[in-house]
Formats: sequence, structure tokens, C-alpha cells
Amino acid sequence: MSLLELDGVKVHFPVRKGLLFNRTVGHVYAVDGISLKVEAGQTYGLVGESGCGKTTLGRAVLRLVDVTDGSVVLDGTDVAKLPEKELRTFRRRLQMVFQDPLGSLNPRQNIESILSEGMAAHGIGADQDERRERIRDILAKVGLPSNALSRYPHEFSGGQRQRIGIARALVLEPDLIICDEPVSALDVSIQAQVINLLEELQESMGLTYLVIAHDLAVVRHISDVIGVMYLGSLVEEAPSDALYEEPLHPYTRALMSAVPVPDPEVEDRRERILLHGDLPSPANPPSGCRFHTRCPWAQPKCAEERPELTDAGGGHKVACHFTGEIKAGTLRRAGEPEPSAAPEPSAPAKTVPPQAPAPEAETPEAEASEGSSGEGKPGAKAPGAKASGEK
Amino acid sequence: MSLLTVDELTVTFGGRGRKDVRAVNGVSFSVDQGQIVGLVGESGCGKSVTSLALMGLLPSKGVTLGGRAELDGTDLLSLRPSKMRDLRGREMAMIFQDPLSSLNPVIPIGVQVTEILQRHRGMKGEAARKEAAHLLDRVGIPDPDRRLKEFPHQLSGGMRQRALIAMAVACAPRLLIADEPTTALDVTIQAQILDLLKELVDQEGTALLMITHDLGVVAGLCDQVNVLYAGKVVESAGRRELFAHPTHPYTHGLLGSIPRLDAPRGEPLHPIRGSINDQIAWADGCAFAPRCDRYEMECLTGTPELTEPRAAGHRARCANPVLATTEVPA
Repeated sequence: MSLLELDGVKVHFPVRKGLLFNRTVGHVYAVDGISLKVEAGQTYGLVGESGCGKTTLGRAVLRLVDVTDGSVVLDGTDVAKLPEKELRTFRRRLQMVFQDPLGSLNPRQNIESILSEGMAAHGIGADQDERRERIRDILAKVGLPSNALSRYPHEFSGGQRQRIGIARALVLEPDLIICDEPVSALDVSIQAQVINLLEELQESMGLTYLVIAHDLAVVRHISDVIGVMYLGSLVEEAPSDALYEEPLHPYTRALMSAVPVPDPEVEDRRERILLHGDLPSPANPPSGCRFHTRCPWAQPKCAEERPELTDAGGGHKVACHFTGEIKAGTLRRAGEPEPSAAPEPSAPAKTVPPQAPAPEAETPEAEASEGSSGEGKPGAKAPGAKASGEK
Repeated sequence: MSLLTVDELTVTFGGRGRKDVRAVNGVSFSVDQGQIVGLVGESGCGKSVTSLALMGLLPSKGVTLGGRAELDGTDLLSLRPSKMRDLRGREMAMIFQDPLSSLNPVIPIGVQVTEILQRHRGMKGEAARKEAAHLLDRVGIPDPDRRLKEFPHQLSGGMRQRALIAMAVACAPRLLIADEPTTALDVTIQAQILDLLKELVDQEGTALLMITHDLGVVAGLCDQVNVLYAGKVVESAGRRELFAHPTHPYTHGLLGSIPRLDAPRGEPLHPIRGSINDQIAWADGCAFAPRCDRYEMECLTGTPELTEPRAAGHRARCANPVLATTEVPA
């Protein structure tokens, strides 16, 4: 059984208007029906652009926002339906590492106080001495000196502050750590330190992470399974390598082609899929497939029917009506130039139907005259043209 | 001759009895017509202060400028404020990181764009409005006539950045400085904006000074790259040369720190140890030495010079540069 199972999770925020009656005039569909599973000891990466609902989903797992519909089951317990009192004690098992390391640490508390507060609240350690011992242990694990205990957050650099945030989550021995943009506020050289630390800790302590980030390269680096979110729902979910090797959803493909790679050779020759326009408002999402307004492959069906997340083989799930066609190249995207190698299989599929009887008419002629196929084709077309002229 | 020549630029913040802080410590580079030059570095390396100094946007009090910066022969550092105002927007323009705080929230976009046209090109009324609509259209904003009447908050992030670019190119400046123009944007929008900038440079022959922390952006965009560390250029080369053979240990370390989308999974990152706070003054040696795995005693005796240890035109400021290409980033 998976450690964390989300089933049809929806988080809708009401939009209210009016002073007296507070009428609800609509909803912001921040998270709109997400189901996923996080296995123990693994890392699940949730990636998407700003406004796609990934942070709201993370907060819903911790129940920092209330879930409108669906269930969030951690190890057999539905967090979404837990009574307030039990939720408090249950939260020890779910911890979060926030994006802004300075904003998430109280500037007036020293490190010992910050780290022991949660332990005291959850009754971990008999007295302060015992807690201090444990905190020292964890600080060493995250690579901070033990003299950090009596210092304050402003005395540390950004990377060190993020280590404190990680230590704060670790001291409670949680089952699941939710990392919301854990490295996006840090400089590149520091980012790598924190990413490596998260990976080392996972290896030595058997941690389970739900990593929420906008940077596909970071997510791919640390995740076992990646879920791609667009406008409140998952459009694709796959093991990290499978997603990179063969992105199936048009949005994932566009996202991947937009991530800059620090290598001019790669930059110069890669295919770019430029998306036009901006993310639609989650208060008024498009009908059918949420992505159809920006999708270069969009078909009339996409605006009418919302695709379900279905398995395309090997645990690679995708929510798109035309996965097969796009993969085979029979459906071309708007404005795409004729590919030089691909048209052989795709072009006949489109152009054959009007000439369908042609091969049958062609074969006897070709056999009789021993003509090449180039000569045969005009001959085969001619009778068709005559027939239509006679009618 | 280069359009913009910056020679040993220094910017020192001081005053009020505080210790002086030298944010930019002798930066030299040049930008040619139609060329895209990158200034790359992490926070605190002095890349933004360099751009502000060039644009004359630093406060006059408490700041000491040194060195030389010339735009086509005009000395930018000693220019009188009124002359600088004539130059700014017309000859050189800047695109900032945060499009929302760079636009006035209580004035419609149209007024903000036409203001530049009135100030520098003497256009008035309907002609200015038409030109403004044309500019918005040029940078890919759909329905420009309607957008001109709207306020900044009604536009999306990408749209605002486009509006800023429209304002920057309104007078066809010869030099465009873009300070982290895509950092606040999502990757798909970033790709749109970078495409637009590239197109403007190709078509108008504008010179672009691109300031960014993102080596990925640099790899796809810049012709020439300058890597800054602690207020000095530590490495400078053409982009292909730089990415194929990073010679300074800092550049080498930066490239080893970035998780690459196309790298095989499970390959560990090689971060640079310590943080930017662990540095020594350039006067005493190499500022990067405390974080460097290759430092020797030599690195702690005086400022290393920019030399060409590898190839002509590829300069690095290091006493013990990385020369073998097969070396694992340290």
C-alpha cells in the first residue's frame, strides 16, 4: 500500500461579493480532481507553472486549507476528515519545508527554540536536555555546527536557513515531508548543496518526499515519479526517466522544450514548442481539456470533452485525447513546418482517401508497362479526373 | 570600435561612518553593435549594480564611481544629469526584472508608453497613440488599442514584460540592458520573451547587455559571456568556448551545480562549497579561494590577473585554472 493516497482531491475557493450577504458569485478551481499515490521511501515531484494549484495541493495534504471534495489518506488515515483535535497530533507525521527560508523562521526565536517547539508540543523527549541532544544530532545531519543552537535566523546565510527549515521538519520524525519550492530562493551553487542534502537524508533515513517545484530540471533530478499539473489537474504522471525520454502530453512537451539547458550545442539544435498566450484564469477554466486554448495540437473534440488520466503503458499516465496520434506524427501541430523525415508515413494517411481506388487501377498498368511508380501515378490520376469531368 | 566600452568600473557604497562596500571592483567588458553580451553571476556579484551605474540610476550621494564607461565615445560616468536623461530611453534603455513594480500602477499603459515618445521623439496626440499601439503590436501584445487603455494590474506577467520591452525599444535605442528580464516569469513565458529579445536584436541591430543568473538562458542567447564573482569578471569567452571549456574553477563549479534536464538521472551534483560570504578581499588574493578546491598558496598573494590560459579570446582570472576538459567539476 502506498504511504500517501490522494483520491479526487478538489480545493475550490469561493469568490464572495457584497457587504451584507456575502453572496458566493463563483469559485476558483485551484485544485480540481487530483488522484495520486506516493510510495514510502520515494520522492514524488509535482511540477507546474505558477497558478497551476501545486502549492494549494501541498497545503491540502497538510490540511492547511480545507479539502472541498475527495480524500487524502496517509497510512490508512483520511487527513481530510480528521477532527481538529486529532489533526493536531497527527500533523507530526506530515511536515513541510517552505520556499522562503527567512520568512518561515521566527526572527525572535533562536535555533534551539525553533527546533524544540514542535518537539515539546508533540511530547518528544522527556525534558529540554534530551531534546537538545536530539537537535544536536539532527543539526549535524543537515550540516550545521552545534553552536548554531543559540544563534538567530538572521545570522545564517540563505542555504543555512533552508537547512534549519529541513532540520525543523526532521526533528519530529515525520512520515512524509512536503517540500514546497525548497531551492527556488537560493543561488545555483547553494541549490546544489541543498538538493544533495535532501538526497543524502533520504538515503540515510528512508524519508518520503513530496516535492513541489516549478523547475523541471530540479524535479527530474530528485524525483522517482513526476506529476505535471496544469490549471488544477494532473495532465501527465510518469517515472522520472520515462517522462524525460518520452513526454506524451503536449503541455509537458512544451514545458520541456522551454527549459533552458546550459549547453549551447543542445540549445542550438533542440526543437522548441512555443506556447502562445497565458495561463487561463482558474476561476473560469476553459471547457473540455483545460489546455486546449494553448495547445498547438488542439482539435474540436478537445474543447468539448475533458480527457481522463489514463495509463499509456508502464505506469506512464497521460490526460490527452490524441496521445497516440501525436506520438505517431499523424496529427501535426498548427504552424509546424513539414518535417523532412516524417512525412512518408503521415502524408499518405491524409492524402490517400480521395485517391483510394488509385492503387487498384495502377497495378495492372504498372505490370503491363513495367513503368516506374513515378510514371504510374499520373496515369492513375487521369482516369479519376476524367470520371469526375464526365459527371 | 565597440558601442559600449566598460573599463575597470568600480562602484563603492559608503558614508555615514560605515565601512565602504565595493560592489563592483574593476569590471571591464565591451558590447558591439548587434551583439548579445551576458553578465552572469549569483546574487551579490555586482551584476545589477554594474547596469545601474551604466544607466546613471545610482543615487548621487554615498556612491563613488571609478573607471571608465563609454557609449560610442560619450563618457557615461561623468555625464551631467540632464544630458543623461536625454540619453536614457533614446540611446540606451533598460528592461527590469519585476515588470509590475517597474510600471506605474495608477497610470494606463498607453500613457506610460506615449510619455517616452513625447519626451524623446516629440510626438503628440493621435500620432503618439498610434505609434504606441504599433509598438505594443510589435512586441506581440494582442489587441493593442484596448491594452493601451488598461492599467498594469490588468495585464498578465508576460504581457507586462512585453509592455516594458515596448517602452524600452520605443526610440530604437542602440543599447538595451536587460536585468534578469525573465526571472519573475514561468518557463513557457520566458521562452516567449527570450525569442522576442532575440528577434529584436536580429532585426534592429540593437546591442543587448543581458544580466542574468541563469546559465541556461545565457547558453541559448548570448554571443559573449562574462562571469562575475565578488565584483570582478573572473572569466570571459564566447558562449561555445565557455560552456565547452569552463576554465575558472567558479564557472566550472557553477556548471557542475546545475541539475540538467538532459543529464542521466542519479548523477550527483557537484556543488561549490561554502557561500558567497566566505570570501577574501581581492586585494589580498583570489576572492573565490576559500570556496575553491584548487587553491594553492599562490592564490592568497595579490589579485590574480585576467590571462588567456587556454585559447585566444578566452580570459580567466585564475592562478590554477582548469585546463583538462575531462576533469570532473569540483
